[in-house]
Amino acid sequence: MTREEVRQAVLRILGSIAPEADLTRLDPDVPFRDQLDIDSMDVLNFFVALDKDLHVDVAEADYAKVSTLNACVEHVTAALAGRGRNGRPRA
Amino acid sequence: MPLLGADMTAGRLVAWHKQPGDVVQRGDIIAEVDTDKGAIDVEVFTAGVLEQILVQPGEKVPVGTPLAIIRETAEAPPAPPAAPAAPAPAPTGPGAAEVRARVSPAARKAAAALGVDLATVRGAGPDGTIRRADVERAAAAPGAAAPPGEPDRQARMRQAISAAVTRSKREIPHYYLSTTIDLHRATAWLAEQNATRPVGDRLLAGVLFVKAVALALRHAPELNARWEGDQVVPSEAIHVGVAISLRDGGLVAPALHHADRQTLDELMATFRDLVNRARAGALRSSELSDGTITVTSLGDQGVETTFAVIYPPQVAIVGFGKVVERPWSVDGRVESRPVVTATLSADHRVSDGHRGALFLAAVDALLQEPSRL
Repeated sequence: MTREEVRQAVLRILGSIAPEADLTRLDPDVPFRDQLDIDSMDVLNFFVALDKDLHVDVAEADYAKVSTLNACVEHVTAALAGRGRNGRPRA
Repeated sequence: MPLLGADMTAGRLVAWHKQPGDVVQRGDIIAEVDTDKGAIDVEVFTAGVLEQILVQPGEKVPVGTPLAIIRETAEAPPAPPAAPAAPAPAPTGPGAAEVRARVSPAARKAAAALGVDLATVRGAGPDGTIRRADVERAAAAPGAAAPPGEPDRQARMRQAISAAVTRSKREIPHYYLSTTIDLHRATAWLAEQNATRPVGDRLLAGVLFVKAVALALRHAPELNARWEGDQVVPSEAIHVGVAISLRDGGLVAPALHHADRQTLDELMATFRDLVNRARAGALRSSELSDGTITVTSLGDQGVETTFAVIYPPQVAIVGFGKVVERPWSVDGRVESRPVVTATLSADHRVSDGHRGALFLAAVDALLQEPSRL
């Protein structure tokens, strides 16, 4: 997937988590948890959806590193680029 | 019409999921009703055959009105009208959830405002989710129903919450206690657990709090009860209601049935299922009527201490705040430790501060041994 495709996929997931949010106003460099009215369960559901839709399982210890849209897209793009032949990310 | 909240007086029948002649089993969802708490799935509490439907879709009837007649299995004469308000344990876990279209809160709100029957709307969102645009498209279609001309659900829910908390503060002499709990063992255990689990199986700290409250209640039965008439009615079963905020405003507190008996994994799965269904407007009637105590947390919103209002007819509510790092004295040294403030709001007619304090101490002790929860 291209970076833009990943970005669209992440936005689509965020839209399913917070359907009332206007994601066109999301600042990509500010933690989306500070911009959207989401709680711990929403965050968990977001990472579950990332795993289900993009097959990228972000470790809980890395949640803080992917708190913004840009950081998340970067992390997922890198994980997909490092994907092995078995289809799972190497890192 | 089931009673789904202390101040609910009426509900509107939205749809029947069973028809006359259908066989029904205990726990089956037979109908959907629209209440101040949103759309609720009505369960049946007996096995038999649905003989007659008494309330038609669109009709608004008072609480207690029989919705249908069910002839009980192996019973010759017709059974009396079904009483769907009678409490019964609900199936738990994601697998027990009714398979139904996901509906965004915005879409549900739009449907109520525009008078659109969601059963007629095809969702174009992810996994068939019905979005606001789908509802608006259905409303614009030829033959679409006219707006009902009533306050929308958000306004009605606000009214219902207003009535419940006003009654609570008027009738229940609250007392409040709080304690700060060292969570370093619990958070370390949680991190260790989650590091080895796939994302879908990870636990949230809130589940540890719920389990600790449920287990502590075994030693403080006076907090696990209902006030009915002018007396307290203890509950042997521990059904912990969890306060869940809804996206378009308001909140509901569906119950995690037998929370003290569920493993953390079971509780997590049930909790996650409840949150998702609460926000999709797909709760079951028993989940709204069976709570024997409530746990609420505003930690995700940054609040450190929550002094909550008791949800009648319950007699206690436990609040948890944000987990924060604070200086903590350990063996004469000061360390930085993750801590949480737990609060108890309790009915002074039923319990005294001494018992409430022992209860909070029990919650604290349980959270020091997370692997035993």
